[in-house]
Amino acid sequence: MADLEIKNLHAQIGDVKILKGVNLEINKGEVHALMGPNGSGKSTLSSVIMGHPDYEVTEGDILFMGESILEMDPEERAKAGVFLCFQYPVAVPGVSISSFLKKAVDARHPEGKAPSGPFLKEMRENMAFLEMDASFANRGLNEGFSGGEKKRMEILQMMMFKPGMVIMDETDSGLDIDALRIVSKGVNKMKNDDMGLLVITHYERILTYIKPDHLHILMEGRVVMSGGPDLVKELEEKGYDWVREQAAATA
Amino acid sequence: MPEFDTDSKLAQEYKYGFYTDIEQETIPKGLSEDVVRIISAKKEEPEWMLEWRLKAYRRWLKMSEPRWAYLDYPKIDYQDIHYFSAPKKQEEGQEMDPELLKTFERLGIPMNEREALSGVAMDVVFDSVSVGTTHTELLEKEGIIFCSISEAIQKHPDLVKQYLGTVVPPSDNFFAALNSAVFTDGSFCFIPKGVRCPMELSTYFRINAADTGQFERTLIVCEDDAYCSYLEGCTAPARDNNQLHAAVVEIVALNNAEVKYSTVQNWYAGDENGKGGIYNFVTKRGHCRGHHSKISWTQVEVGAAITWKYPSVVMEGDYSSGEFYSVALTNKKMQADTGTKMIHVGKNTSSTIVSKGISADQSSNNYRGLVQVNPGADNARNHSACDSLLIGRECSANTFPYIESENASAVLAHEATTSSISEEQLFYLRSRGIAEEDAASLVVRGFCKDVFKQLPLEFSVEAIKLLEIKLEGSIG
Repeated sequence: MADLEIKNLHAQIGDVKILKGVNLEINKGEVHALMGPNGSGKSTLSSVIMGHPDYEVTEGDILFMGESILEMDPEERAKAGVFLCFQYPVAVPGVSISSFLKKAVDARHPEGKAPSGPFLKEMRENMAFLEMDASFANRGLNEGFSGGEKKRMEILQMMMFKPGMVIMDETDSGLDIDALRIVSKGVNKMKNDDMGLLVITHYERILTYIKPDHLHILMEGRVVMSGGPDLVKELEEKGYDWVREQAAATA
Repeated sequence: MPEFDTDSKLAQEYKYGFYTDIEQETIPKGLSEDVVRIISAKKEEPEWMLEWRLKAYRRWLKMSEPRWAYLDYPKIDYQDIHYFSAPKKQEEGQEMDPELLKTFERLGIPMNEREALSGVAMDVVFDSVSVGTTHTELLEKEGIIFCSISEAIQKHPDLVKQYLGTVVPPSDNFFAALNSAVFTDGSFCFIPKGVRCPMELSTYFRINAADTGQFERTLIVCEDDAYCSYLEGCTAPARDNNQLHAAVVEIVALNNAEVKYSTVQNWYAGDENGKGGIYNFVTKRGHCRGHHSKISWTQVEVGAAITWKYPSVVMEGDYSSGEFYSVALTNKKMQADTGTKMIHVGKNTSSTIVSKGISADQSSNNYRGLVQVNPGADNARNHSACDSLLIGRECSANTFPYIESENASAVLAHEATTSSISEEQLFYLRSRGIAEEDAASLVVRGFCKDVFKQLPLEFSVEAIKLLEIKLEGSIG
């Protein structure tokens, strides 16, 4: 059994059916990429895995480490080790990064409170690694951040929380080449046998920095094609029309 | 102390709702010239003080209660209130009544000087009288006077005569006139020329007796180049009927003087059906009388069924400045109409207004503010930012900013926003492992940050805790 198992997942928002039977298996230590045209349901899939209250799961299941997480609140999923890098991180004005991170790290700590010294040390080290200025810790969470700063903030959180399964929702969108390099540096540092990664993207560019072991293609709410790293190149050359033809032929 | 069910829901929300069973001396209900005379006699006041009160009382009789605020409450029967209630006096030389000591311990106010908060001098007002002031001797060495207003009237009559009623005259408004007639206690702070008060000065107001009004009167004077920071806190038992609190606070700042005045107001606010709670009608005003003087109001208002309160600054001295930082939280059926008045009189004066209104449940939260620039107030500057945060769909928030400028050189900026705690903010924070209520309180804390950072550190920690307790159950 895989560490993250998405089984025949159907989800909708209001009456609009978006996911129509997604199947996906990801183990810790693996990097999976998920690509697909606009509107194929990529972002919905990431929201549903994290438990966004706007989406209703009508069929299927999501298992993490063998347990269904569908009934869990977002905060419980997070504490179980699921982490979502948001495509559009939300600003929480007036809440400093350091106090936010402390609150989130405390929530994961068995005694409900992590010691401050080691926490601050780790935060500063990770910030330095991500080439963030130390004064950043006092800024309001995502308040007035540039696109690149927001994404670095997401990676900083990932480094602090050490999740078992990371879903990156179009983390590369809107990033310049330097920011993409730094973000990838953070992800690659974290990549190990205790963490699985699902990289959702529009562009193969990020996949030259974060090398996937598997590629899946999502279309109209279903995974229609899966393959190894070579599929990235093939997709780039032949486009989604080719995928559609292939999918139609096998259907 | 009678039993106060500490496990009840109310006790969790409002742990100050208990009542102290102590022998009190209370005069019969009702208001008349005789009652004014009795109060003055009980306080052994000089004749001039009694005359001052009577004049205010006669003036009050001709005035009517203001009804322009966005508040809805039944008519107050001024004859159905006790105007004086005090714990029975101890014998000369005896310590404070142990029941009172216990009460204040329970409220988190150690009155024993050895245990008293270091760096904070406390005056404690219980119903109609001050029951003790700490650190007075230490302050006396600096020439600072910090005592109850009753004591000041007897011991420092010249200073009181010189300043009392010069910022808020008895005729100012209905509640100020009432207060001037029947005020019973409050604090007097006098910081002489050139002295920086070495500790926080603080008054804790406690209403205990039933059907009793509290009419506090506080006067703070900072002479040239003096500085002080003053804190005020208030609580009352949870009762089914409403009680009136009508206070007047006056601040005078002479040349280069600075006064910081902070309030954490946590009067009993009534239950979820709007039954009971304190009616809080307060006139607070500071007068920047000298050049380069500064008066700053910071308030965290989380209690009272009805709040009518506009801490103001009159900037008469050239280069003087006024500040108003406010967090007003309403929940359940609470109603608040609060804000400030910044009156620019001198040249090159500047003022700042930061108001954060949070409304939850079925409450109503209104900001009302006036920025007035007089003809001679060249180069006046004001910056106002009024933000409202709504929690749930049944509450309301309104902003009523008034600007009256009679000088073309004035530069006035006003910003206002209204927002709700967004689902996306909550989801984002929850996806990081933070529970829903903690996530909401994090958003609220962030919203209030600009005000909380103005408070002395211990107060700011206390204020954050208070907000969290108040908001429990209003979110989700």
